Amino acid sequence: MNLLTACLSALRALATNWLRSMLTMLGIIIGVAAVITMIAIGGGAQQRVEEQMKSLGTNVMLVLPGAQTTGGVRLGAQTGQTLTEEDALAIAAEVPEVQATAPSLRTGVQVVAANANWSTAALGTTADYLEVRDWPLASGRNFEPAEQAGSGKVVLLGQTVARELFGDADPIDQMIRVRKLPLQVIGVLSQKGQNSMGQDQDDVILVPLSTYRNRIQGMSAGRIKRVGAISVKVREGQSMAEAGEKIRELLRQRHRLQSGADDDFSIRNLTEMLQAQEESSRVMAMLLAAVAGVSLVVGGIGIMNIMLVSVTERTREIGLRMAVGARSRDILGQFLIEAVTMSLVGGAIGIVLGMLATWGIGSLAGWQVLLSAESILLAVGFSAMVGVFFGFYPARRAAALLPIQALRHE
Amino acid sequence: MALIEARSLVKTYRMGDQVVQALNDVSLDIAEGEFVAIMGASGSGKSTLMNILGCLDRPSSGTLRLAGEEVEALDGDALASIRNRRIGFVFQQFNLLPRTSALDNVELPMVYAGIKPAERRKRALAALQRVGLGERAQHTPAELSGGQQQRVAIARALVNQPSLILADEPTGALDTQTSDDIMRLLAGLNAQGMTIVMVTHEADIALWASRRIVFRDGHIVEDRPQPPHRVAEAAAA
Repeated sequence: MNLLTACLSALRALATNWLRSMLTMLGIIIGVAAVITMIAIGGGAQQRVEEQMKSLGTNVMLVLPGAQTTGGVRLGAQTGQTLTEEDALAIAAEVPEVQATAPSLRTGVQVVAANANWSTAALGTTADYLEVRDWPLASGRNFEPAEQAGSGKVVLLGQTVARELFGDADPIDQMIRVRKLPLQVIGVLSQKGQNSMGQDQDDVILVPLSTYRNRIQGMSAGRIKRVGAISVKVREGQSMAEAGEKIRELLRQRHRLQSGADDDFSIRNLTEMLQAQEESSRVMAMLLAAVAGVSLVVGGIGIMNIMLVSVTERTREIGLRMAVGARSRDILGQFLIEAVTMSLVGGAIGIVLGMLATWGIGSLAGWQVLLSAESILLAVGFSAMVGVFFGFYPARRAAALLPIQALRHE
Repeated sequence: MALIEARSLVKTYRMGDQVVQALNDVSLDIAEGEFVAIMGASGSGKSTLMNILGCLDRPSSGTLRLAGEEVEALDGDALASIRNRRIGFVFQQFNLLPRTSALDNVELPMVYAGIKPAERRKRALAALQRVGLGERAQHTPAELSGGQQQRVAIARALVNQPSLILADEPTGALDTQTSDDIMRLLAGLNAQGMTIVMVTHEADIALWASRRIVFRDGHIVEDRPQPPHRVAEAAAA
């Protein structure tokens, strides 16, 4: 008996009891649909974290000033102003693992273009900031050394600010005003998207640190070199932890802290935080898929149950087939193909249902989903395996019947 | 050489702690072209003999040759092949596959013989025409009368051109008129040279055969040729 004939007769056998076949397949249908949907949701979450990772820049650490203690009252993180531009330069120069550093100061400002205005964050920093954050320019150019040294009246716009102030027009060489200070737009940053907190990273303008300090902030003459944060990019392939430890040692030394005294700064390894988040979302995705896999196994048991009933019901048919010349392996093949056909048809329906569910969740709940070809192949392969595995025992029982007993079965 | 050579066949069953001797030292030769009726009360061993002759069951001891082939040494697959090539079965309850057309039912033995679909179709149609059901090929068993179903079963038995037809109470589920039609068909096949062995407990059905064997308690108690007085009538039909 060739495979095509066997498949056709299997389909016919399933069609004669179509309601029963449908109910049996329901387990597989739900299982396959669940596996596909769960993998899509898990994959979407993972993809989201990966995108955030990319927008952060690879191997980035953030050095922040520590708590300030005034008369016994500790004022919390970032209240102190212990970090300086020199610290940033020293880290870049003396820690071999570090590729680049960028000190920065930040404040909220109102920016005004010809006939539009917008409230955003102004970030005073250096040209290296773009390298540290892996943040290329969409158009224009970065700060020149002369502009950095001489408080040049230039500005880089984030995508959101460029859109709000200039719409579709090209902002390059246009003038904007920040606190009455006119600045020339020399470049527009590329799209960065949301960060892990959901903040729009494109809602920002970048000015040289000296410009920020002298013309926008315009104060604190005594603490002229203080900065709010230092972004550090560690070289590819170097240990973040090791680099962090060396930066800590260097800063303690530079700040002349006694051994035993608390750090007056803190180092945040953002990449590590995101990696932990990615790891947990991957574990979550695997758990979801495993739970869905359990329902596939339950569906397989349903198939086994029905195949056992079917073998009992059709014992006389088996006897007749043996009498007219079917060998044991013909009978085995027939029932195995029936079980596999059932699970594959169920699998096919499950794929369609799973894709619909994935699409529905993606568009109705607004979750990020990722439908992958691998998950579909996995579901198909798994459902065929379920058919073979759970179909084998009933099929072998059918094949092991003695012809005379099967034929005389009442 | 006889088509069937059975020597000292013994078959014992274990029923609980009792041992039942269904066949007790039965030897039998059946030549090609014979039409044998096997009679006896239920439990006399006639069905057991049929099952052994049909390679559906194995004797506890003794030897059986079918067309010169030693049967009891063969494994299950080889026996399946012998049933497929050499033997056509006709059962009391017809044993057709339900919800399956007459044509597909007749094709079934050829499916296991590995014959190509086009050839199967052709030969199945020819077999159905031979039993007078050529125009009912697409009907399912539920749409056919008892006599017609038994004709489909006979067509199925014929389709692989076997050396032997084994009929187990072929008229047991049919009324008298239909029984006569079926027996006429079988006698006609016998007249064309087909060897037929038939189990029956109805004396007037046994009259169609050319040889009559009677069983009692696992023994042959009577084995004699008889004038097949209705064969002439059958040949004319």
